[in-house]
Parts: sequence; structure tokens; C-alpha cells
Amino acid sequence: MEGSSYQIDLGNLMAYDPNHHFQSIPSSRGELVNHCLEKGTEMVQAIANSLFSLPSTESRDGPVVKLPLPTTKLPREKHLPKPKPPTKWEEFAKMKGIKKRKKNKRVWDEQTSSWKRTHGYDRANDDRDIPILDAKSTDEVGVDPFAKRSAEKKERVKKQEKSRLENLKKAAKAGALPSHIQLAATALPITGTKKDVPKKASKDELESVAGMAATSTASGGKFDKKLPGEKPPKHSGKHRKFLPVVEGKGIGSKEKQQTEKILNQLLSKSSHEILDVNKAVTMFNVKKEKQRKKDKDANPGKSGKLKPNKKSFKKTSTKKKP
Amino acid sequence: MQIRAPKTKRAKRELDKRAPKLVENVKKTLILHGTKTSAVLNSVLTELYHLKRDNAVKFSKKNENIKPFETGGETSLEFFSHKTDCSLFAFGSHSKKRPNNLVLGRTYDHHIYDLVEVGVENFKSIESFEYDKKLAPKIGSKPLFAFIGEEFESVDELKHLKEVLLDFFRGEVVENLNLTGVDRVFVCTALSSKTILLMHCALRLKKSGTSIPRMELVEVGPSMNLVVRRHRLPSESLLKEAMKTPDHAKKIKNVTSDVIKGKTGRIYIPDQKVGDMPLSNNIKGLKRERREAKQNKESKKRKTESE
Repeated sequence: MEGSSYQIDLGNLMAYDPNHHFQSIPSSRGELVNHCLEKGTEMVQAIANSLFSLPSTESRDGPVVKLPLPTTKLPREKHLPKPKPPTKWEEFAKMKGIKKRKKNKRVWDEQTSSWKRTHGYDRANDDRDIPILDAKSTDEVGVDPFAKRSAEKKERVKKQEKSRLENLKKAAKAGALPSHIQLAATALPITGTKKDVPKKASKDELESVAGMAATSTASGGKFDKKLPGEKPPKHSGKHRKFLPVVEGKGIGSKEKQQTEKILNQLLSKSSHEILDVNKAVTMFNVKKEKQRKKDKDANPGKSGKLKPNKKSFKKTSTKKKP
Repeated sequence: MQIRAPKTKRAKRELDKRAPKLVENVKKTLILHGTKTSAVLNSVLTELYHLKRDNAVKFSKKNENIKPFETGGETSLEFFSHKTDCSLFAFGSHSKKRPNNLVLGRTYDHHIYDLVEVGVENFKSIESFEYDKKLAPKIGSKPLFAFIGEEFESVDELKHLKEVLLDFFRGEVVENLNLTGVDRVFVCTALSSKTILLMHCALRLKKSGTSIPRMELVEVGPSMNLVVRRHRLPSESLLKEAMKTPDHAKKIKNVTSDVIKGKTGRIYIPDQKVGDMPLSNNIKGLKRERREAKQNKESKKRKTESE
């Protein structure tokens, strides 16, 4: 073995001997192991020499040394975090020179004359706890000021939510989304219409897709191996109704119906008469009915239904029995 | 856009733990195996798990669709790596063609970074070693490494294996080390251009004359021969990205702040080499004659006018 100049990486507590070469590997395992242990001991001693000569401080567990940075570079586990772009408020504050002020956790509440927390449950100076609001000259009559205040608060909350979303989108665009937040595109995309949103396949669609694809096989998907749980495809087989081969003498009734239907369709399409008699008749009838109705409404007296019950005061033969 | 944010503070803390950071967490190891394993391989995997108890996850189910070296077979591995937040993995499988196969791999951003496939031979488990139990190394202690052999530098595969083994057993990167806590060492000897002998030993510190104790190695842990079969190095771009270090604060040179003068800097003007400077076309000297002539003419005119 050549002169012991090992490459020592103290940050990783590693020693490497670049000059060692096995002339011939020792035949027995034991010899090999012993040889390796010997070499190992030497190298470990070299590490320990440099390790124990580092300046050490005494702690309660024992001497503690400050290790240098490791020299062998190893790859990172995850990418480097990207810096967050400043939010809209942060940009504005920077431009105006506004600095953050530290807020206290407890604030004096005037109403209850006690110390209450600044934010959260039972907070101090809560907007909703004000019992009396003085009327101003600018107030309209008939407007509930308390409702107005709560509506304003709702507006502010909505606006805040919108700006928060905008800031997150900006951060996501820069690739610096906070680690605990995920943006999922479920609503409409920023640009484009509803058509651009890729539609999720429904359960029925997915169930029938395999069946549809199977029809392209040579045997029409009849002998395909089915996975457990796969249902047979709907609308399998016939899409046309064929007439029975043998029905009766001459031309059968079903065949007659079929040909009649086709002929009617053809004739009606190719007929040059613009007038459809049936339709014209029905239209005429409907019009007449409407007209009759209108006349009745115009002259209600002549209506037959809602007539006052006219009792004849003439003495008739019918005599009331005492 | 819908925001999915964690609903509890605890969930948020867990997500923040897994976020990419400047100074990273300890790399966790995922230990799993494929459809077929041998007895030797099972004990290798369990002992590996015991060596890395604090930051390792061991799966016991068979995974038949994991084939690290094939393009489609790594999706499962990447999924598990993402779910368990493990960036190192050890995948064991046994087949006739590759007996006692162990694939050691690393991930970057939960995608496969590099792989080394080794075969395990001559495995001796922890139980087969007899030693004084007081010397047993503690879980989580930082190990020493001794790599012996020139092949670790000359042969590509062994160079890669050295890096992977260092990454696997390194543990946490610490600045302050307690000297009483060094109690284990991994000795790797290169036997040929393809095989290495990996031994895990405990350290016994003996009194010596000086303040530096004398080291003694006692073999405790598993010892095995690793035969490198295949390996895949990371692509150039991926390597470059993974090796990026965070920008150290750039030192601003030549700026000093003085209480009286304020922010000052120095400007250094190099010597003017008058002899070497080229003359300009705008040579005033030549025009001087003309100018003087003009002046004389004017003065003559005035003289005549005054007369």
C-alpha cells in the first residue's frame, strides 16, 4: 500500500483511499475481511485525528465540534423554492412607504369596558355590537342602517376574497404557490367559454365506451374477455328492424305499412301544393273558436253560463204547502 | 379556480414539512419488493430498514407492476415516493436471470433521478455476528465512511454506487457533532471493477496517550458483496438542476459607509499613457497658425480704422 494520503471529507465523515489496489484477492473470506478491517481502521483513525483536533465546546452530553461543510456534492431532494412575487398590497405599501405595525392581542373595548381580543370570537369593537346608530343628514328615510352596515361588511369580505384569489393566481403563475395550497380548475377558465372546459366523462359514458370500442374487432366484440364488473354493452346488435321473411299471401300487412309510410313521405315532400288541407282546416277552426270567445267576452250579457239565476215571481201552479 | 387549502392547522404543518426548502429535511427511504423475493433478499431489506429506522418506510405488499428500469414501470414508485415523501428507495426482487436483485434509487421532485442495480452475494445478517452488546451503534447516529479502492474513481459504475451509498447512509447533515455519538462506520472495499464488499462496524474508542482516542473496529452489522449489474445516471439537465445550491448573498464590493461622508465608493483611474494615445483628427495646433493670422489681421484692421 502506498503512502497514506486519504481524501477526507469531514462534513460527511468520509475517507477515501484512491491508491489501494488488490493485487490478488485473498482466497479466504476471513483473510479478506481482516484485511479490509485493517485498512478501515487506518482510515477511521485518520478521520478521527482531524475530527478530534477541531475546536470543541463542552456541552452536557459531551464535547461538541463544529463540522465544516461537506465537500462531496449530493443532489437535492426537491427543487429550490422560488421567491414569492409581492402581493398587490405589498407593492402599494412599498410605493407609499407604509410599514407594518405590530398589533396587540388584547384591545380595550369601550362598550363593555373590558379588555377583549382583537380578532376572533367575542372581539373588541365589533361592528355588530353597536346598539344605537346616530342618524346622519345623508341617510335616506326607510333604509335600515344596521342592514346597510352588514351588507357593506359582506362586500368587503367578498372583495378581500377576490384579491386573495388574484394574489394566489399570480403566485401560481410565478411557480411560487404556498406549499399548503392547491389550485384546482373546476370553474370557468380565465379566458374562454364553457366549451373550452374539458368535460369529465360520466359514469354511463365510461361504461359504454368499452362496448363501443369492441365493435371494431373482427367478431364485433362478442368474444372479448370481459373484466370483472364490466356490464354487457347496451344497444348491442340490432339497429334495424327487418320484416319477417314469410308472412302471408302476396304482400303482407307489415310490408304494406312500411311501403305506405315511405310513399307518403315521398309524396308529401315532392308535392307542389303549398296548401296542406288538414292543417288549413285546423287553423280555420282554431281561429273561429278564438273569435267566438272574443265575442263572448265583449258581450258578457249574452253569455250563456254566468247568468244570474232568474227566478220568476209569477204565481205559478206550484203552490207552497203550508 | 378553486382553492384547496388544509382545514386544520395540523394538516397545514404536515404539508409545510413536505414543502421544498432551502435547507432540506433528512432524505427518507422507501423499502419495498416485487413479486418474488428470496430469503436472503428479505433479510437484506429488513436489516436495511433496521439500519435506517428513524427515516425509512417499509412496505410489505408485493408490487408486480414496478420495473424501475423500464419506462412504464416507474409510475408506481413515483406515486409511492410522493405519498410517503421518500426520496430514496430500495426495491428488491428475485428472478432466475437476476438473483437477489436490489435496485437503489433516488428521486428528485418525486421523479426518478438515478438508479443502481446490484446483486447481493455472501450476505451475513446482524444475528450472525457476536459482539459485546454495549458497543452496538445507536439508531440515528452519524456514520463514518471508508471507501477503499482506486476503482471507485476510475470505474463509472462504482463511482455512481459510491455516491448512492453515501446518500443512503449519510443521515442528517449537521453542523455540530457530539463526539461521543460517533459509533459506527461503513467500510466499502472495491474487490474488482464490478464488486464491492460492504461492511458495517461499530467503533470502540480506546484511551491513547494524546487527546485523540485510538479507534477499533468491531464488525456488527450486515456484510454483503454487491455486484453492480445495471445503472442509470441522471440526464445532464436534471443533474444540473438538482445540484443547484441556493444563492449565497452576493458580496457588494467597493462600497463602504461612512458616518460623516455617507455611502462611499472608490473609483480607480488607470494611468494615462500619454505616449501611446492616438492623436485626434481635430488637431488644434495646426489651426493655431490660421487663428493667429486671423487675429493679426483683425488687429491690423483696427489699427488702420483708428488711424
